Parts: sequence; structure tokens; C-alpha cells
Amino acid sequence: MGLRIQHRIFERDNLPVEFSPAIMEKFRQLIARYPEGRQKSALLPILHIAQEESGGHLRVDVMDFVAEMLQVQPVEVYEVATFYTQFRLEKTGKYLIEVCRTAPCAICGGEDILDRICSRLGVQDGETTADGLITVQSVECLGACGSAPVLQVNTEFHENLSLEKVDELLNDLKKNAETEKDGKLKWAEKFC
Amino acid sequence: MGRKILLEKIDIPGINTFDGYRAEGGFSTVERALRSMKPDEVTEEVRISGLRGRGGAGFPTGLKWSFLDRKSNNPRYLVCNADESEPGTFKDRFLMERNPYLLIEGLILSSYALGSNTTFIYVRGEFKYIIGILEKAISETRKKGFLGKDILGTGYSLEIYVHSGAGAYICGEETALLESLEGKRGNPRIKPPFPAVKGLYGCPTVVNNVETLASIVPILAMGGMEYVKIGIGRSTGTKLISACGNINNPGVYEIELGLPVEEFLYSAEYCGGIKNGKELKAVIPGGSSVPVLPASLVCRTASGEPRLMSYESLADGGFATGSMLGSGGFIVFDEDACMVRSTWNLSRFYHHESCGQCSPCREGTGWMEKVLHRIESGHGRQEDIDLLVSIAAKIEGNTICPLGDAAAWPVASAIRHFREEFEFHVNNPALVSNPRHISFAKHSQVHV
Amino acid sequence: MFKVTIDNITVEVEPGTTILQAARQIGGEVVPPAMCYYSKLKGSGGKCRTCLVKVAQGSAADPRPMPKLVASCSTPVQDGMVVQNITSPEVIEARKAIVEFLLINHPLDCPVCDQAGECDLQDLSFKHGMEETRYVEEKREFDIVDIGDKIKLHMNRCILCYRCVYTADQIAGKRVHGVMYRGDTAEISTLINESINSNFSGNVIDVCPVGALTDKTFRFKSRVWFLNPMNAHRNCPSCSGKVTAWMFGNEIYRVTARKDTYGEVEEFICDECRFEKKNKSDWTIEGPRHIERNSVISANHYEKSKKPSIIKPLEEKTEAPE
Repeated sequence: MGLRIQHRIFERDNLPVEFSPAIMEKFRQLIARYPEGRQKSALLPILHIAQEESGGHLRVDVMDFVAEMLQVQPVEVYEVATFYTQFRLEKTGKYLIEVCRTAPCAICGGEDILDRICSRLGVQDGETTADGLITVQSVECLGACGSAPVLQVNTEFHENLSLEKVDELLNDLKKNAETEKDGKLKWAEKFC
Repeated sequence: MGRKILLEKIDIPGINTFDGYRAEGGFSTVERALRSMKPDEVTEEVRISGLRGRGGAGFPTGLKWSFLDRKSNNPRYLVCNADESEPGTFKDRFLMERNPYLLIEGLILSSYALGSNTTFIYVRGEFKYIIGILEKAISETRKKGFLGKDILGTGYSLEIYVHSGAGAYICGEETALLESLEGKRGNPRIKPPFPAVKGLYGCPTVVNNVETLASIVPILAMGGMEYVKIGIGRSTGTKLISACGNINNPGVYEIELGLPVEEFLYSAEYCGGIKNGKELKAVIPGGSSVPVLPASLVCRTASGEPRLMSYESLADGGFATGSMLGSGGFIVFDEDACMVRSTWNLSRFYHHESCGQCSPCREGTGWMEKVLHRIESGHGRQEDIDLLVSIAAKIEGNTICPLGDAAAWPVASAIRHFREEFEFHVNNPALVSNPRHISFAKHSQVHV
Repeated sequence: MFKVTIDNITVEVEPGTTILQAARQIGGEVVPPAMCYYSKLKGSGGKCRTCLVKVAQGSAADPRPMPKLVASCSTPVQDGMVVQNITSPEVIEARKAIVEFLLINHPLDCPVCDQAGECDLQDLSFKHGMEETRYVEEKREFDIVDIGDKIKLHMNRCILCYRCVYTADQIAGKRVHGVMYRGDTAEISTLINESINSNFSGNVIDVCPVGALTDKTFRFKSRVWFLNPMNAHRNCPSCSGKVTAWMFGNEIYRVTARKDTYGEVEEFICDECRFEKKNKSDWTIEGPRHIERNSVISANHYEKSKKPSIIKPLEEKTEAPE
């Protein structure tokens, strides 16, 4: 028996894809940054925004929508969305905790941080809590090795972690879940 | 106290705002260059300065710029590589966060020299907040007339755009970066043709690292002749070193190239020595892709000379007893670090980040990771150690891009210098069955 | 014209010719094997690394050797270039390495694979592979799926040459499949429930160097070496109608495009010719097709195959310790 890789087939859910006029305008601005006929260049920035606006993962319908907007074949979007680790095709918790697992963090206790989060939440690496609130995912180097160990919550950095800080962070996330809509940093606001 | 030219003003309050930066003399090189220098004169200063690419390869920047096809009728592009993903490296992030206008100024100068009217900054997607900082800096600079159409009335026009990656180390490779910028998978291109001839959208393109482009500002300010005096030999100027791992003061330091490694590692001004009073075990001096140096070869070369922080001295002894300056990601391991686990960890990184396009890297990185994981978890065989050396040798030099070499070198060097640790793992499966917290230092106490 | 010397044989070629194409002009043993390069598909090549060669002299003007082995399929020749293919122990060693890499996750299920006998990977392993594997880890396994109405995808066997992707882009029109994910989990897939659907889709089977994409209408029908390849043609409104009909007695078991010495199709054919026309009466049979291969496919045929020559003089050198 080998290492089995499921040939995962995604389905179109045929639900309408809609973005607010402000987001649509942002898409147009992003496309306009690239030379004429090179609108495909805007794919990565647009997918970031589209993913965030559609609740943290990319549905097939959303990818098709983006493909049509950029006048490319849908498969070109799928190829890109599956290549880059920040794009998620599966449903993700409201908070995506990405814990760095690469050597500079690991030798400073990064592995213990991941263990602590998983055991506190009762999930394995890569899983989402039953309430759909938090997804834990170990990731490769986040480029903040000087303040190891580090993690990101919805791409917001938390650095110089200790087990106590992690406990505090998890408590905060649970507390904030009702008040705060999602992560603080919005992709759409980053590109001005 | 070493000379600081990139981080000289980093602690001045407000330096991260346009006005604050301008008050400290910011953008004066742009005024001078655009008004009184020809683009080729800017390039000439860079050539004279001896500046070498700060992203890792250390290729002379002036020479790289000279390769740009200036006869082509197509537009020319400058692309700034801010996809800083090399484990152990976080200098560009620091620079962009704390002094974004220095990069913008460097980009204007370099774009002018190269004749680029559209310049992109490719920032890794994990640095979302940096994207916001850069966007703001660009729009401020634009408002003040240093970007946009007809800058300062000189007739030169330039737009700078920020582009985001989305989680792929391979996009730090310049042709993979260009593919990604074109909205494709980050598969490195087959070379030739090189980007200088056919780069972004098939047009002549130069891709440079953030620190390289920021260094253009002091080079123009002081002149190439002055810059070349800083540093040692062919390692001119200063370099940002990001120090991390088991040291007292992790962080980003600007050093004059030629600083003794011993001073960098132990003086309170820099790393401040090993954390918790432990012994040094090993250093990876230039980001995870370069060969690891055992403690005995960190401060001195094999011939007994003091080891210096320079391209040449760190490479002294070749791969047998040397390493590389690389991107300046200085990772320090103390006596408790398990080199087998660390090597497996890095191997997992390269396996995870391989684009999968060419067979040696796609298959070889995964193979190495599996074998290392087996050894690490107490299921290693004696022959596995030589097998790893053989796999690494078969990947090295046979791949499309340098990721294959980068995956092979850490494994080959760790086995070269720490073979006894690998053998210990093979010979003592029971002791390493729960390996995370058991280091070799502790093993040997049990063992001896 | 540029003069280029490959394994001590000099040939004159047009500027812009790649080393591999120059070698093909010479022909025979000096031609590097190619698993991903396909002269009829733009952008193909450079990926599998089986065609690596040593450039001992860059050009007459700049005689320095190139520091690394180069992919002959994507490196253009220079005037006065000196290339070593089978005369370089380094190249032979690298090729052995590549075969090993290509095989570690390959299922080696040749006994049940329809491609066996005409498989480029099989030929390559036969020539450059090792007798025993050094790979003791678990192999990667994918589910077997239908990627088209009449096309089966065995992802386990795929070597990610990208040929089928280029074919879909350049020959078959609208592309619905591609390479998903990355690294060693990369797979050929449509990602969503969609099948390759174009009148030229079947060409992905012909360009596939291994048994990853196979013809469902021929699945498990016969081993290819039991069939007689015959040149045949018909008046086809959508393609040239020139094919190879693989026959057993009077029955046509399968139809493929006509392939040249290097396994490349002479002309792409349409799906109607390939999948629908299986009666002898559909075709004008021209006569037996000459198969110029050293592999098992030609073993049972009207012509005696040449025995694959092993590069004897190099044996000692290549087996010397590192």
C-alpha cells in the first residue's frame, strides 16, 4: 500500500457569485495595472481578494467567475489556485492559524507551539475545529525567523511566541469570534 | 561600530513617512540623477561600486544590468524581488517595514538607469501587511511628484506597482517569479533565453532583490568609487544579515562586508553569543540553501585563517570546508540541536516547495525527505546515509533551476560534517524513537 | 550555417537549431533520448532532463565548456560547439540518475499496462536503468480516472512531461485539463467533473511517453507486439486520415497516428479516425508499417530488431567510484 493521493474532484455548486461594487472596482483597478492583453497577470491579487470575500476558500464557481473576468480558461485558474499554498479549495475555519514549522522556528520551539495548538483545539494539523471556527495548518518559513517561533492568524503575524502566549491567543480568538467578523487585515484594502 | 548606510536612519522617528524620509535628505539622489545624469551614467556608478546581488547568488549587479537588451523595441521592465522566503532570511521584510521609501527611491533610480517605465514589486503573499506599507509609500511618493508622468519635469515617467505572491518559495527564483507575475504557476523557465533578453511578457527584464535595489541609493549618494572602499576585496559595501536561531540577540544587522564571523557571532553589538550559555554546534551562514558549517569551521577556515563575513571567506574551502554568504540568513544551532532532525526539517521544506516540473527535483527532494524521516524516527539503515549522499549528488546540477542544488547542499553538508549523528540515529533506534527533544549531545552522554 | 560536433561527428545546421535537433540530423546512437520534448509542440522540453548532454566547448569564439550539463532539447547550438553525449561518462551517469528518479514513484506495472512494448520509459530503463531499486519508501498512488469519454488516466504512471497539456492547448482547442498542485503531488487533472471533449482529444494518448493516458477502446484488448501495424488511410473531413491501423488478422484493434523514429506523430489525427473507425472496410490498407525501434514491440515482427547496443567502452568509467 502506498501513499494514497485522493483524486479530489470539486463540484460547481451553481450558486451565484457576487462581489460588492467596491470589490468589483478594485478588481478593475488591479487589472488596469498590467499592460493591455496581460490581464491574466492580475490573477494572484484577485484570487486573494476573491478568496477572502467568499469566506476563506475558493469555490469552483468563484474561480470560474475570475476566469471569465480575466478572459482565461477556467483550468488556468484551477492550475494556479492549486499551485500556491495560500489559496484554499476546501472550506476553512473563520480563523486560519498557520504555524511555521521550518528549522529556524523549529529549533526555537515552533514544534511545541503547533502541538499545543492542536491539543488545545483537539484537532490534527490541517484540520478545522468542529464548530468551524479555527483551522490549524503548519506552513513553511514565514520569513520572520528573528522573532521565532511565529504563526499567522489570517495572515496577521504573531511573533516571539511562548506556550502561554498561544493559550492567550486561542482564548482571544474564541472571545472575539462573536464580535469581530474576521481577520483584521483585508486584502482588498491592502492594494490601494 | 561598523559603518551603516542602509540602516543608518532606520531608528529616526517618522523615517517611514514621506516627509520624515524627505527631511533626512531622501529622494535627493533622484533629483540629481534624473536632472543631471544619463541612465548609463547611473549604471556605470553601480558597476564601479562592485555591488553584488543581495538575494543570494551574489552576481555583480552592474554586469547584470549591462546584459539588458537595450536595442529591443519592446518595453523594458524592472522587477523587484521581495519574495523573501529563504528560511533564516528576514532582512527585506525589516527594510520594507521600517524604511519603505529607501526601496522606492532605489527603484526610481534603477528604473531610470534601465529605462523601465513600469516597475513591479513582487511581495510574497504572507507579507500582506508589507503590501499595505508599500502601496501607501508609492501613493505618497506619487502625490509628491516623484512617481507618475514626467517626474520633476524631466520627461521621465514611471509607475511602480505591488504584486502579491501566494505562498510559493520557488517564486523567489527570477523566472518563476516572472511566470507568477504573469498569473501562472510558479514554474521556472528553461534558460536560455535569460530575462535580460526575454523576461516579463517576453520583454527585456531585470529582476533584483530588495536590498540590492535599496543599496543603489547610497551608491548614488556617495558615488561608486566611495562605495567600493567599503568592505573587503570583491565583497564591497555593507550587507544586511538576519541572524536567528539559538542566539541572544536575533535580528537584522547591517555589517560591513569583511567583519570577522567571530565578532558577529559573539559581540554584544550583534548576535551576542549563544543563548543560555550553551555551546555552538553549527551555523548555516547564508540562508537554509547553503552548506552548514560545524562549530570548528565557523570562526576559522580549514587553513586556520579567521573566517570573515564576505562572499569569498565564507566560501573558502569550497563545499568541503566552506559555505556561502547567500542571502545573509545566519542560522545558529546550539549544542542541543539535533542535526538529523534539522536536516530532515529543511529537506521537508524543499520537498514541499519543489514546483514539480523537472524530474530530479520533483522525485529527489521527496526521496531525501522520506529517507531522512526514517533515520530521524529510528528506522534508518546504515546504507541510507550513503544513499542520501548519492541522491543529493544526482540532483545537484541536473535541475532546471537552483532549487535542486539548494535541496541537495544542506543534506550533503550535514552528512559531511555530522556523519556520526546520522550513524548514532541508525545504531540507536530505541533512543531516537521520540526524537524531538533528544539531541545528539544528550545521546552521546547516554552512549559514551 | 553553424558547425557543431556531437560525439566526434560534425554536422552543419541552421542557426537556432537545438543540440537535440542537430543530433537527430546525425541520427543513430548519438541522439539523446527525450521524454518530454516533442518537436511538434511549442514550449515542450527541458523538464525531464533525460536529454542532458555535456558541452565541452561552447563555441569557436568562446571555447569554454559549459559549467553544468545542459538540456539538449532547449539549448541552441553555437558555431563550433563541441557536445558529448554517449562519449561522456558524466552524461551517462546523469541519465542513469534521471531514470532512477523517474522510476521511484512509477508503479512498474508493465505487465498490465497497455503502453508496454511501446513505452519510452520502458525503453529508457532498459538502456539506462539499474537492475534493482534503491527506493524502499512507499510509492505515491493516485486513483485511476477517466479523463475523457475514451481516455483513461493512470496518474501513477505519469512523468509530468506536460506534452498532453501542450497538445490540448495547441491541437485540441479548449483546454480543460492541466497540471494541478505541485511538487511530487502534482497531477494531471480537470479538477472539476469535466472530461476532455474535442475532436482531437485522442492525440493526448499518442503524445504520452508512458502509459498514463491510454485508449479506452483498446484497453486490455491485446499486447501491442501481437498486433501488426499497417499504414492505412481514409478520406477524412477533419484530419489527414493517414493513420497506423493495428491489426490482428482482419480485425483492427486500434488506430493511432503514424509515428516516426523518435516516437513523434507525423500528423495529428481526429477522434473519429482513432476511436470510431475500427472496421477494415473503413480504411485503405497500404501495407506494413516499418517500426524502427529497439524495444520489445519490434521483437515479434517481420523485421529483426537490432539489439540495443550497450555503450561498452564506457562501462568501466561509469562504474568507477565517485
